Amino acid sequence: MSAEPPIVTQHLGEIEPGHSLWQDAWHRLRQNKLAIIGGIFVIILAVACFLTVTIAPGTYATTNLALGATKPSLHHLLGTDILGRDMLARILFGGSISLSVGLVATLVSVIIGVLYGAISGYVGGRLDVIMMRIVDIIYSLPFVIFVILILVVFGQQIILVFMAIGAVSWLDMARIVRAQVMSLKRQEFVEAAVSLGLRKRRIILRHMIPNVLGIVAIYGTLIVPTVMLLEAFLSFLGLGVQAPMTSWGTLINDGRKSMEEYPWLLIFPSLFFAITLFSLNFVGDGLRDALDVRASKD
Amino acid sequence: MLRFILKRILEAIPVLLIVATITFFLLHHMPGGPFDTEKVTTPEIKAQIEAYYGLNKPVWRQYLDYMGRLIFHGDLGPSYKYFGWSVNELLAGSLPVSIELGIEGMVFALFFGLIAGTIASLRKNTLGDYLPMSIATLGICIPSFVTGPLLILIFGIHFKWFNSSGWFFPRDRILPAMTLGLYYMAYISRLTRGGMLEILSQDFIRTARAKGASGWRVMCKHCLRGGLLPVVAFLGPAISGLVTGSLVVETIFDIPGSARFFVTSAFNRDGPMLMGTTLVYAVLVVVMNLLADVAQVWMNPKLRFE
Repeated sequence: MSAEPPIVTQHLGEIEPGHSLWQDAWHRLRQNKLAIIGGIFVIILAVACFLTVTIAPGTYATTNLALGATKPSLHHLLGTDILGRDMLARILFGGSISLSVGLVATLVSVIIGVLYGAISGYVGGRLDVIMMRIVDIIYSLPFVIFVILILVVFGQQIILVFMAIGAVSWLDMARIVRAQVMSLKRQEFVEAAVSLGLRKRRIILRHMIPNVLGIVAIYGTLIVPTVMLLEAFLSFLGLGVQAPMTSWGTLINDGRKSMEEYPWLLIFPSLFFAITLFSLNFVGDGLRDALDVRASKD
Repeated sequence: MLRFILKRILEAIPVLLIVATITFFLLHHMPGGPFDTEKVTTPEIKAQIEAYYGLNKPVWRQYLDYMGRLIFHGDLGPSYKYFGWSVNELLAGSLPVSIELGIEGMVFALFFGLIAGTIASLRKNTLGDYLPMSIATLGICIPSFVTGPLLILIFGIHFKWFNSSGWFFPRDRILPAMTLGLYYMAYISRLTRGGMLEILSQDFIRTARAKGASGWRVMCKHCLRGGLLPVVAFLGPAISGLVTGSLVVETIFDIPGSARFFVTSAFNRDGPMLMGTTLVYAVLVVVMNLLADVAQVWMNPKLRFE
């Protein structure tokens, strides 16, 4: 074995390439059955939702007044609502809205949070103190109430729902990114970048942010379910997505009104919503546990 | 301790002023006035109405007038929609109901959450641990506007044990309180279990047991105080969550609380009413956060010296 040392090392290099953080994380994630099942469920659901929207865009609104509300049958797998609209189509369409709200609002909050946190953490000093103080103040404001206020004042447009939710859920992200950046900025490669004469803006955009994206992606997946919950909450109060469009929150609210006669109108959307939230939480927790060994011990 | 409380109160005041200011100017930009009706009003009448409510003055003057009345008299102004009623009167009639609901939800959450969490920590890795903890996971993932209607469907409509809506008999409080408190019960039970497990493994508990203290005494005197710290830390966010959660629960169960004003006054363009409701909820959230912070410091000697 020690007769040909160079070959051995090369050999080792091929078989045992060493475990990077991401390989380890992937390995741990695969052990977590619930996270994997949840991830597969969400992917299948998302594909089904967006396929329905593209292949059969109108079906969710096609009424059949003569048919009315019917129980689940072979023709309509999840039954029909009071206007004879197919529930499966409506749930899948509502799902596409709920999922897109989840993704877009998360993206908005991630962009704000990452930029804010990176600037605050990298520049430091008095600016950092002021910026974090602002975050503290915003934390203590009654948020959901402000979102509702924004929606009633500026009208209930879906784009506003995206923006309003995104604009209130970036605080945690900003704190996480700031902490990461503060530990990153003392490393040698940053020193090298500074000594090469790079400006702060360029260092933040090219060196800080790419390095925190891993953590950001993980905590981002945990934002998705909370954001979807907020959207459903607003739609439930009649402030979110407006008819004829629909989302899971709207469907649950509609189903609630007629649950005595047609319980399936409430049960199916609730089930879809609950299972999706469940899965997203498992995926997020799984990802976090897989990457953050310290947090996964408890 | 007293200094800490004073400091927190001084910090809360600007937050409330910021809330009031943002809300005032947001509402000032609300499209559509409160007096836009289908009936054609002559400009003179409109000017009369606006003069009556002081809407003809410049914005900064309206703002200062409003804040002055609010701070020195606690006056939230007249409602535009309910003529002859002040916002204070309307809220005074409905707020006690909302507060009662909030307290009942919290009591439900604390009582069952603490019991479930403590039992689970004592019976670690047995059925008595897994069962409550799986229920807790469910409770955390499923929002109240799903559990509420489902509870009505099961216990109100199917078994007919409770009325499905209304707020008349003591019995009517049970389902709303459950719906409101379920999430927090689940969270509290998980926090209690975690906190207790950590304390139970510490040396001073072993010492207490070795000195012959009975199981109950160890439990009450040593474990609960330390084990409940995470729960106390959670109370602040929990209570602000209860305040917004009550919006949904009051809608589901047709409860005559303040929450309905929040939504209806928005649709009615009733500015002062919306402003008043927002402020009351904001004050509730801020004050409860403050109390929770104080409780946390009082319970945890480590924090007291910071």
